[in-house]
Amino acid sequence: MSTATIPVTTTDVGQHARAARPTYAPIPMRTIMGVELRKMFNTRSGFWLMASVVILAVIATGAVILFAPDADITYDSFAGAIGIPMTIVLPIIAALSITSEWSQRTGLTTFTMVPSRSRVVLAKLLDTVLVGIVSILVALAVGAVGNVVGSQLAGVPTTWDMTVTEVLYILAGNGLGLLMGFTLGVLFRNSAAAIVGYFVYAMVLPTLSALLAGAQGWYADAQPWVDFQWNQTGLFDGGYGPTEWAQLLVTGTIWLLLPLAFGLWRVLRSEVK
Amino acid sequence: MITISHLTKTYGGFRAVDDVAFTAQPGRVTGFLGPNGAGKSTTMRIMVGLTPATTGEATILGRHFSELPNPGREVGVLLDASAQHAGRTGREILTLAQRTMRMPKSRVDEMLEVVSLTDEEAGRRVRDYSLGMRQRLGIAAALIGNPEVLILDEPANGLDPAGIRWMRDLLRGYADQGGTVLLSSHLLHEIEVIADDIVVIGQGRVVAQGTKHELLEAAGTYVRATDPARLAAALVAAGHPAEQSQQGLRTDASTDQVGEVALAAGIALRELRPADGAGLEEMFLALTSDTQREDTQGEAA
Repeated sequence: MSTATIPVTTTDVGQHARAARPTYAPIPMRTIMGVELRKMFNTRSGFWLMASVVILAVIATGAVILFAPDADITYDSFAGAIGIPMTIVLPIIAALSITSEWSQRTGLTTFTMVPSRSRVVLAKLLDTVLVGIVSILVALAVGAVGNVVGSQLAGVPTTWDMTVTEVLYILAGNGLGLLMGFTLGVLFRNSAAAIVGYFVYAMVLPTLSALLAGAQGWYADAQPWVDFQWNQTGLFDGGYGPTEWAQLLVTGTIWLLLPLAFGLWRVLRSEVK
Repeated sequence: MITISHLTKTYGGFRAVDDVAFTAQPGRVTGFLGPNGAGKSTTMRIMVGLTPATTGEATILGRHFSELPNPGREVGVLLDASAQHAGRTGREILTLAQRTMRMPKSRVDEMLEVVSLTDEEAGRRVRDYSLGMRQRLGIAAALIGNPEVLILDEPANGLDPAGIRWMRDLLRGYADQGGTVLLSSHLLHEIEVIADDIVVIGQGRVVAQGTKHELLEAAGTYVRATDPARLAAALVAAGHPAEQSQQGLRTDASTDQVGEVALAAGIALRELRPADGAGLEEMFLALTSDTQREDTQGEAA
């Protein structure tokens, strides 16, 4: 072997020869969360997905100012208009945070640096919830600016017809949508399948459910107890009583928690290639 | 140090890894050689906990990989240089590793220098990298935690001859400082150039292992003499069958034994040398033809 001329010998690539190696501290949760959060922003597609939250909020706000009748220039209209793109973007963000590890095969690196997959998945979940909350608050702030500007332009008094309770309902509704996206990501571990799955859940199933309810009286009675999407989107209208919460709990367990648990069980056992 | 004992992985009825056992020693580069689909990658994925073993176990520094508190600080892993998000820059990928392992920020630039990626290249997205650049980036990511053990799957793939030489020197220097290196390849030549110890695997089973020296030694000797016929007769008489080849007489005897036989018979030699790797190459070729793709269904390489 000829003499090595590469910098290996001058940098500390191989410090290990010197002494007994120290015992390393386990990687803290905040580190994993920080890295996973960074991964949501540090690709072009990820960055624009995040940026789309703000962009769509601005577009929705502009649309309300331009097209809504003067009487509807109220904060509730702005919040409602902004909420619609959020219900689509946030679940996609949640799903992609999981599926990209498989679709882009980065899991090979991620799960060798942090072998505990449950910690990685938990970090991703906490990150997406955090991103979801911040996104909604940013969107509501954009809507507030729109409300002020819009009412000035229309020459109507600025109306703040939204309570804290209503905001919490919106957060809860979006939060469950986001969890649904996350669950589909964990379940399918494939970006395309998870996104299609979410659109089926958000667009196709409600139509079918409504058709069935219209045709079959027994289903119309049973629907609140079996249709999770119905219970989830109902949150945007608020006013839940004990019955509604119980229905949400029942359908949420069946359609959200059980699939999530099954998906996690498989993620922990599956082979990462 | 990496210890693999009685490792088996089955997919349905197919044994991708069949009772594999070997040890990769500190201070040495261990080459893991086998044709495509022989079970190299599966074995390596089992080592780092990405694939569960059916039976048997793999330990690194005496522990299972999953028991390492911060694995990147003790084991550098490169399984597939292309398994990166194509939209991330090289620098960003190293930064993610540096942050996960809680290494100082300066480590990113140091490693870029070690693998000779320029600032401009590090700022490019990985989709615009050649395979050779991805391999360099992957090696930088593996080294970033200053680990004691390196596990590299086909790291020389896509490197040009100068790159392979660079990698040989890098891994040599690393092993000389006490590190353990395990690298796989499906090319005998690469392994021969880089490794000290060789483990040959085919159809999921270890078919040969030992130091490079032993495996090459076992390949026998080439010898030329002014009177080859007499030398051949003398060798046969001494119990060493010899056959004529393009490179002279080939025999399984060692160079020492051939020299003694020639001296005793009073035959002048023109050339006497070990048949470097010829036996290993023959064995490997036989293995490759036996285990070509038709036998590997069910194994996702």
